[in-house]
Amino acid sequence: MEFLRDVAAWYVDPHQWGGRNALPDLVGGTLLLAAASLAVALLIAMPIGLYIGHTGRGAQAAVAIANIGRAVPSLGWMGIAYPITTGLFARAGSGLMPAIIALAALGIPPIVTNTYAGLREVDPDLREAGRGVGMTEGQLLRRVEVPVALPVIMAGIRSSAVAIVATTPLMSLVGADTLGDYIISGLNLSDEVEVFAAALLVIVAALSTELLFAWLERRATSPGLGRDAGEIIGGRPLDAQAIGSEG
Amino acid sequence: MREGQPFFRVDWLVDNADQLARRVGEQLYITLIAIAVGFVISFGLALLVRRYPRLAGPFLGIAGILYAIPSIAAFVLLIPITHLSLLTAEIVLVSYTLVMLVRNMIAGFRAVPADVLEAADGMGYTNAQRLWRVELPIALPIIVAGVRIATVTTMGLVTIAALIGSGGLGYLIVNLGILRQFPTATISGVVLVVGLSALIDWGLVIVQRRLTPWSRAQVA
Repeated sequence: MEFLRDVAAWYVDPHQWGGRNALPDLVGGTLLLAAASLAVALLIAMPIGLYIGHTGRGAQAAVAIANIGRAVPSLGWMGIAYPITTGLFARAGSGLMPAIIALAALGIPPIVTNTYAGLREVDPDLREAGRGVGMTEGQLLRRVEVPVALPVIMAGIRSSAVAIVATTPLMSLVGADTLGDYIISGLNLSDEVEVFAAALLVIVAALSTELLFAWLERRATSPGLGRDAGEIIGGRPLDAQAIGSEG
Repeated sequence: MREGQPFFRVDWLVDNADQLARRVGEQLYITLIAIAVGFVISFGLALLVRRYPRLAGPFLGIAGILYAIPSIAAFVLLIPITHLSLLTAEIVLVSYTLVMLVRNMIAGFRAVPADVLEAADGMGYTNAQRLWRVELPIALPIIVAGVRIATVTTMGLVTIAALIGSGGLGYLIVNLGILRQFPTATISGVVLVVGLSALIDWGLVIVQRRLTPWSRAQVA
């Protein structure tokens, strides 16, 4: 109990709220880094997922990307990106670049696979109807396929966002300023209170991300799809399906 | 990277072959314990669900919540209780395996067609006989698929456990590589993790094909 009191005291300690790298800075740093990484992941993953899903070409490449993404641990991406970026820019301590590369690499596979799977699941009759009324391929994608597939696409973005936020604190290892600073310095100094307090904040950040994107996912479901349809498609863990069928 | 240092030093690998081998051993040891313990617990839970299907929701829900805890937080949360020990790492790793193993075991049992179960009952199989001779063989490919995913995921998580002093290949990646700005160690660690994961994954596929030769056509 005394330990938990110490943890509570840690949060309100003025030491945490002033000076360089105070608590608000590190929370902000964590969220900014995560947001930037998610943006990079989206910029790379969405076009790939949309292309494969719309044309049906390169599906095997998508599966390969997803499998590689799963096999290389987050620490591995960071480990690879760090020496390369510091080598390229000939200076150490520029932690943001390798952090964004590592986190984006982590976030790309779920977006690619879900975007692809979501588009593939669109009823062929709908596509046919769209072409029948004279839609161009671009219009078909924008007005028919994406809206129908949106719950599945959003589910992919959600798992990507949660994985990125959950992993961002690790990037303190390469010098990015995140909540991980507390965990790493706390581990070095055997300050269990600081480590514990920061770990709780990391959990809150990941949980909030999950809730935020779950809410966005519900908002993104077109009313035309019906609530049930949204739940069935969007709520189904595609990764889980893949696990079973991969055999 | 320090000034004037070659990007990758093969001589370091040669000089430190014993350390590399030791880290690989640690990595495999920690992973194996986690998968073995996770498998036993998950199998117990899946058998409970087999008997009481209603438990599937709560079990998967709890496992899902455990899995949702960011690993860097999970590894350090238990330090006040179990301190910097292998136990701390294993509790976290085992918790993470549950969601993948339980889900696939339940899915495996559910994949057994109802008429097959009926036929087994009709032939006079006892409950245990039906489980071992009929249900498990049919569920096996899906169960092994879960073990494969769980193993690859655990291999990655074990590298993060190096933060709490568990050793393994994460020690090469982080402690020797990133913190001392020595890319050779980082790259060796990453290559070894990915290589070992691929090797184990391949091994599990072989094992599964040996155990269920009739499923080869569908699985491949």
